[in-house]
Amino acid sequence: MNQTDTAGEELLLASREIDDDLFQTVLSAPGIKCAGCIDKIESGITKIPNVVRTRVNLSTKRVTVDWKKSNNAPPLIDALGQLGFQAHLSNCDTKPSDNELRTLIRALAVAGFGAANIMMLSVGVWAGADEETRTLFHWISAFIALPVMVFSGKIFFSSAWSALKSGGTNMDVPISAGVIITFTMSLYDTITGGQHAYFDAATSLLFFLLIGRTLDYVVRARAHSAIDGLRKLAPEGAAVIQPDGSTRYSPIEQIQPGMEMRIPAGARIPVNGTITDGRSDIDHSVINGESEPRSTHIGDTVLAGALNLTGPIVIKASSTSNTSFISDMIRLMESAETSRHGYQRIADRVSKLYTPVVHIGAVLAFLLWFLIDGNAHHALTVAVSVLIITCPCALGLATPMVQVIAAQRLYRNGILIKGGTALEKLADIDSVIFDKTGTLTEGSPHLTNCGTVDERTLRLAASIAAHSSHPYSKALAQSIPPPMQVQFKTNQFTEHPGDGIESKIDGAVYRLGRAGWASGDAESRDHKHYSTVIFGVSGRTLATFKFIDGLKPSASDALKELKNNNLSIEILSGDRKGPVAEVAALLGGVPYFANLRPQAKLAHITKQAARGHKVLMVGDGINDAPALAGAYVSMAPGNAADIGRTAADIIFLNNGLEAVTTTYLTARNAKTLIRQNIAFAILYNGVAIPLAFLGFITPLIAAIAMSTSSIVVVLNSLRLGMGEQKQLVKTIKNKNVARTPTQYHGAA
Amino acid sequence: MIVIALLVLVSIILGAASLALFLWTLRIGQYDDLDGAAERILIDENETDTTQNN
Repeated sequence: MNQTDTAGEELLLASREIDDDLFQTVLSAPGIKCAGCIDKIESGITKIPNVVRTRVNLSTKRVTVDWKKSNNAPPLIDALGQLGFQAHLSNCDTKPSDNELRTLIRALAVAGFGAANIMMLSVGVWAGADEETRTLFHWISAFIALPVMVFSGKIFFSSAWSALKSGGTNMDVPISAGVIITFTMSLYDTITGGQHAYFDAATSLLFFLLIGRTLDYVVRARAHSAIDGLRKLAPEGAAVIQPDGSTRYSPIEQIQPGMEMRIPAGARIPVNGTITDGRSDIDHSVINGESEPRSTHIGDTVLAGALNLTGPIVIKASSTSNTSFISDMIRLMESAETSRHGYQRIADRVSKLYTPVVHIGAVLAFLLWFLIDGNAHHALTVAVSVLIITCPCALGLATPMVQVIAAQRLYRNGILIKGGTALEKLADIDSVIFDKTGTLTEGSPHLTNCGTVDERTLRLAASIAAHSSHPYSKALAQSIPPPMQVQFKTNQFTEHPGDGIESKIDGAVYRLGRAGWASGDAESRDHKHYSTVIFGVSGRTLATFKFIDGLKPSASDALKELKNNNLSIEILSGDRKGPVAEVAALLGGVPYFANLRPQAKLAHITKQAARGHKVLMVGDGINDAPALAGAYVSMAPGNAADIGRTAADIIFLNNGLEAVTTTYLTARNAKTLIRQNIAFAILYNGVAIPLAFLGFITPLIAAIAMSTSSIVVVLNSLRLGMGEQKQLVKTIKNKNVARTPTQYHGAA
Repeated sequence: MIVIALLVLVSIILGAASLALFLWTLRIGQYDDLDGAAERILIDENETDTTQNN
């Protein structure tokens, strides 16, 4: 079976049937940017036979394709590739969360409508309407309030009910009790022609609380788990060689130790195994985070998830899909993710203290007044006003408001927060652990010695390198702009897996690659800090190219700033000791640990946590994913592997490490503001509760007090934005100064 | 008195109508792709016609 068929089967597995013979596939294409892209994709993909409908979502960078079932799935990924968009399958499990947001917005809209109309009528009543008008307005209010109670209140009632059923209590219990009692009592007063009705208070209470709830939902972490991404790293199956020599595509679950299978170039290894035929360069970034591929020969072991880059190989399985390297990583991630659920948000901690106080307060008010004047109706009115006035409106807005504003400001700086808890946790950290490759360094090799090679040779080498996809070749080809490169008439390029690239030009054989293959010289292994590629002609060395992975321009400043904030810093890397030591030394003697597997990184973080440290992990690779998931809070740069980005709580898109400090400082500001907001809400209650207790609170005062406290909280939260503006200006200035990558290696 | 009742009724009906309209836009997914909507106005819908003319 060829590769396209395998891709087709994978596509079919990732699709869902929406109608008879009609399938829907969601593809993620991060390259979609403008109207041109939308048009190109929608018209281009719809032209493919059997495709019924294509819809691009620019906000989520996703393409939804509906297609009719036939013998083969349409080659969607290839077609998108031809249109110039790198695409991959995206799981369509995003629907449920969208529905929850819609339910909230719907409830918010209904509550807003009800609250506004009832408030309008109430103003008339407060202005001194005569008795007839007042009764009419009360009745209209009751009719508007009823659907609001049922439709918008449902969210709070069901949450409160489930809390009570399980024997606990939450913020929704006093809210529900307050709203229901208020509504019932107002209805009773309306029927009996009473003077006061609290419909406005009941509905606007729901409205304000729903604002807080919706904001909270927007910043809350999505239930996306990096585990799904990790699972996708292992292919769905492999071409297993049958006893008669033919190959058959088998699902990954059926692969048993001892089976042999063909792995084409460009595919990932499905299970752990040993190479029995062929040689290739294999990208082990899943295991050690290094982008530098290793050349691999017969007899070498390969781990599941590694990427076969250059040549087809045959491997003999030594594990099943359940015992492969990827499965081990998945188990690690699962345990790391569950151990994390212990965190309790500030708002929840406050409400845990606050709820019983409100309950007891209201009950006390009722009992006291009932004992004093024996009037149950009056006692209930006072109890209700205690419940309303202590309504956690301001409290409900205190955290989500700050978090939404913080997230928005950070977003403008290219920093994405995946949940409000991430910001809260970030403010508490006491140490930061960095990955090396791709986080502190650029993650891809740079040519360091182009000045020492004569220009003709460099041009020739770069032009040959342009025909290979090896990371070193790419770096070499970039050193000479394409118009300056030599144009060859012949297409005589052969890539030798594990060795390099060979080309015949005017009768001479040029080789670019490993020493010992490209030239007659023996390989020298004494240099640890940089890697070399030899350019040779007919066995004679023409030039030696040295590559290093340079530090990011902002790394040193960012680390200095973090240290100034009393955070301890460490480096954990899967790379060899030499390069890690050098990076650590350049950053001012940061403690480091090298040669770490993903398990070891997670173990280190768990150990730190056991000692009581709160660790921020900054990493980019798939190999960092367990550590990112296991750390107290984590960040990943935008160029990180998909899985790294999913596992992290915060993503910074411009890759500069100043984002880490910006986010940390914003998180600390946000925490201060949240505390101020909560303090204000409590102070406000401290004043309001005695008034309510004494029976001074009328519907008018309740409405005014509720609104002002909410507005004060919102205004205080907006202060965060002003501080952030200054930060932004500073960041931009820094960026303009240091544009070029500083290379830490002096041997140019 | 009857005038006020009538006005209140009319205003509530108008409000309810706009609420229904909002819920409808929400249901058919008009807020799902806000960036896309802004860009889509730039796409020339008569593109197939112009290619025929060429």
